[in-house]
Amino acid sequence: MGRYVLRRLLQLIPVFLGTTFIIYALVWAIPQDPFAGKCGQRPCPDSYISAMSDKFNFDDPLVLQYLKYMGNLLTGDFGDTFSGISVGEQISTAYPTTVKLAVIALLIEGIIGVTAGVLTGLRKQGFLDNLVLVSTLFLISLPVFVTGFVLRLYLGPQGLDLMDTGVDTADPSIGQLILPGFVLGSLSMAYVARLTRGGIAENRRADYVRTAIAKGQPNSRVVGVHLLRNSLIPVITFLGTDLGSLMGGAIVTEGVFNINGIGGLIFRGIQEKEGVMVTGIVTLLVLVYLLMSLIVDLLYAVLDPRIRYE
Amino acid sequence: MTALLEVEDLHVEFRTRDGVAKVLNGVGYHVDAGETVAVLGESGSGKSVTAQTIMGILDTPPAVVTRGAIRFHGEDLLAASEERRREVRGDGIAMIFQDALSALNPVFTVGFQIEEQLRVRRGMSRKDARARAVELLDLVKIPNAANRVREYPHQFSGGMRQRAMIAMSLALDPEMLIADEPTTALDVTVQAQIMDLLREIQQERDMGLILITHDLGVVADVADRIAVMYAGRIVEHADVFQLFRAPGHPYTESLLESLPRLDLKGQELKTIKGLPPSLTHIPSGCPFHPRCPRAVDRCATEVPADHRLGLDRTSACHFAEEVVSRG
Amino acid sequence: MSDPGAASSGSGLEQAAAAGVGDLSHVDSGQGQNKPRSLWSDAWRELRRKPTFVISLVIIFIVVLMAAFPTLFTSVDPRYGNLDNYLKTPSADAWFGYDVQGYDVYARAIHGARGSLLVGLFSTILTVLIGSVVGIFAGYAKSWVDSVLSRFGDIFAGVPFVLGAIVILTTFNTPTENPSAVRIITQVVFSIAVLSWPVAMRIMRSATLVAKQQDYVKAARGLGASPLRIVFRHLLPNTVAPVMVYATIALGAFIGAEATLAFLGIGLRPPVVSWGVMISESRDYFQAAPHMLLFPAGFVTITVLAFVMLGDAVRDALDPKSR
Repeated sequence: MGRYVLRRLLQLIPVFLGTTFIIYALVWAIPQDPFAGKCGQRPCPDSYISAMSDKFNFDDPLVLQYLKYMGNLLTGDFGDTFSGISVGEQISTAYPTTVKLAVIALLIEGIIGVTAGVLTGLRKQGFLDNLVLVSTLFLISLPVFVTGFVLRLYLGPQGLDLMDTGVDTADPSIGQLILPGFVLGSLSMAYVARLTRGGIAENRRADYVRTAIAKGQPNSRVVGVHLLRNSLIPVITFLGTDLGSLMGGAIVTEGVFNINGIGGLIFRGIQEKEGVMVTGIVTLLVLVYLLMSLIVDLLYAVLDPRIRYE
Repeated sequence: MTALLEVEDLHVEFRTRDGVAKVLNGVGYHVDAGETVAVLGESGSGKSVTAQTIMGILDTPPAVVTRGAIRFHGEDLLAASEERRREVRGDGIAMIFQDALSALNPVFTVGFQIEEQLRVRRGMSRKDARARAVELLDLVKIPNAANRVREYPHQFSGGMRQRAMIAMSLALDPEMLIADEPTTALDVTVQAQIMDLLREIQQERDMGLILITHDLGVVADVADRIAVMYAGRIVEHADVFQLFRAPGHPYTESLLESLPRLDLKGQELKTIKGLPPSLTHIPSGCPFHPRCPRAVDRCATEVPADHRLGLDRTSACHFAEEVVSRG
Repeated sequence: MSDPGAASSGSGLEQAAAAGVGDLSHVDSGQGQNKPRSLWSDAWRELRRKPTFVISLVIIFIVVLMAAFPTLFTSVDPRYGNLDNYLKTPSADAWFGYDVQGYDVYARAIHGARGSLLVGLFSTILTVLIGSVVGIFAGYAKSWVDSVLSRFGDIFAGVPFVLGAIVILTTFNTPTENPSAVRIITQVVFSIAVLSWPVAMRIMRSATLVAKQQDYVKAARGLGASPLRIVFRHLLPNTVAPVMVYATIALGAFIGAEATLAFLGIGLRPPVVSWGVMISESRDYFQAAPHMLLFPAGFVTITVLAFVMLGDAVRDALDPKSR
């Protein structure tokens, strides 16, 4: 097991470097002039250019620039923007909101998706089954921002007026994030429901379920312990990798609901051509994604004792 | 005195999109405490379905019990509530299955699956249940039980898995055990050990044992009585010695003839011609007539009744007396 | 049931058992039983009876018709704006109402099919092409080549989709620029493909790994068939099914992605008409004029739905277990 973890960690390193290098190159090397438009209409003064070039190592070859940047990053230094704002600080204020949003989305999709999947998997072909099948199809087909807009429209003050659907505060409460979380998790919710339904339907006729019934175990335990434990293995691994995707996908949801998270930060970073901001956030997200996929791999071994890592 | 378990005139149908399959067509047998009854038949003859109906673990739908009774201590289980039936499972009647690897839950330890019975059904504490689980594994002769109780089914060998399965079925001290082809998936040497174990436990605890098998060899050693099934009916029911000495039904006769025998070495083995009947289109009259070497016109039209051939011995053949006297 | 013990008792039950099992389930499947049928013809028989398959085909046919001959559905010019009609709600004149520019929303939704469909189609073709070539190569090649290619795929899979697309598209287009229609469509197609090909690759790779283990492939190898011949003659036909299913669903998903990118202001943009463009135009007005959002969004949703349904149906039909 220890050796397996080590090997997987070693495999992650080139992937991490590759991904971040591509992003770094896209942000820094391809735009023609990093100073275009930085100093209003006039070209930037030479002293500014030389100071900034020095700060961002523009005079070095790209690979060296990248390595120096990564070196700083590894010591926890995300660098400053052109205007001298600390990227690390900006990220650390915005990050918790996005993490909160992603975790709420994950909980919602897990709870609703698994419940729907279990209910329909146990009773295939019924009304409920068709309802869930159709609604998961719709959730998969609806672009996230459409779901977001439609829910804002009909649940907000202009519609049924059930809740205040805009989230404009810097530090939104859990309650304010529930609707955005639902929207963010809606696509994955459909996948979770389908995965669970498939697993339950497949395992329902498994021999060990029949054994549990023959043992006279109560129905709740047959389903809740024996059947669910086996059927949820793929679901849990899906949810694990999904956390990374949710944080990346939060950009759209944050835009729809005006949430001040990572998404807004990266958008502004791109618009104001603050490369340090963009690379910093993307690196962080890539890291989360890769670590989650590693954790999921290891989780698999815990959940399914038949799997042995050599 | 009523028998421990009595199955009477059981009829079961599978109603599927493709039609109705009559899986059981009037099955009846009884088992007393301390007695082993072997149910012998090909796949599709209905021997496992009978066992599953007794346990109440048939998938309904598609299966429907259309007639009959299953009496356990005189109580008709088919008329009992679902809750009552669940109480009987594991406690009154327990069952072990053919393929212990798939019948045991792969993600729980063997110990957990035994202890679960004790904790949930008997309200034992975790600690007591663990101690009892180790005892049970000891009882079925699993070496080093105290450690193996923490292992998962896939870490056990085939024979050990079946032993663990038996230990699990004994957890609640059932009065009756149904073993559905318990040795079919095992090596010959292991088969014998498992059969010995089953017999030993059955005698020690004075349990009733129903042994479902397609293997005549297994039957001869262990069973007291034999019920031979064909196309959802019991075609012959006899004491094990009587059956082997003089089979009372042409089907049983053919089965015995197809056994390889040392004294007839070198001769070609006899086989039963034809295929088992489709359960959606059971042949008219005696279901065995298309394959029967003795069939006459009457067999294709008239369903044979059970002929009494002695105390507790029947055969569903028009010519039962002739068949048995020839042997 | 292959243990020597049962065989030695040789009661004839073994053969009987094997035949008896099949007997129960296949009794009524009729005379076709004798003829061996291929996976695809089997799937086709299964599909024809499925309502979801038929419905999704009909929807896709209509959408394709819209994209190819929009004038069949509307004679209104989607680029003719009359500001008098500013945000007018649906009426008999304009079924879906008018937008901010006084454009006819119905006409634009019809004409928008072409842009959306083209993006979806080209992205799918490119994604599947790159993914399949790399995937089949990785699956067939030596293990270290496979490792390198797989990690290379991971590099692109690690970039969150929306984020990656934003970075790529803003890098090649400064927000102030107004790129030509062809250029922006090409860029969107490439961005989607670059970020999605690892999925196609993984599917192709695992299908290849399975196919490679088949005895007839081993036999072909043993007989000295060239690698190219093995790939095209033996591997490809066996790996096509899962990739086709993926492609169908991906086509739907990419139409949705086009809309998302346009919504973020980095995808297609006017004067191109596409559903995504319409949705992004509605962004600031949807509270006041929901019809601006709902109609194009409805078109996107139904089209995506059709492709997802089609992919689902085909996958179920190809999977013998689900029958």
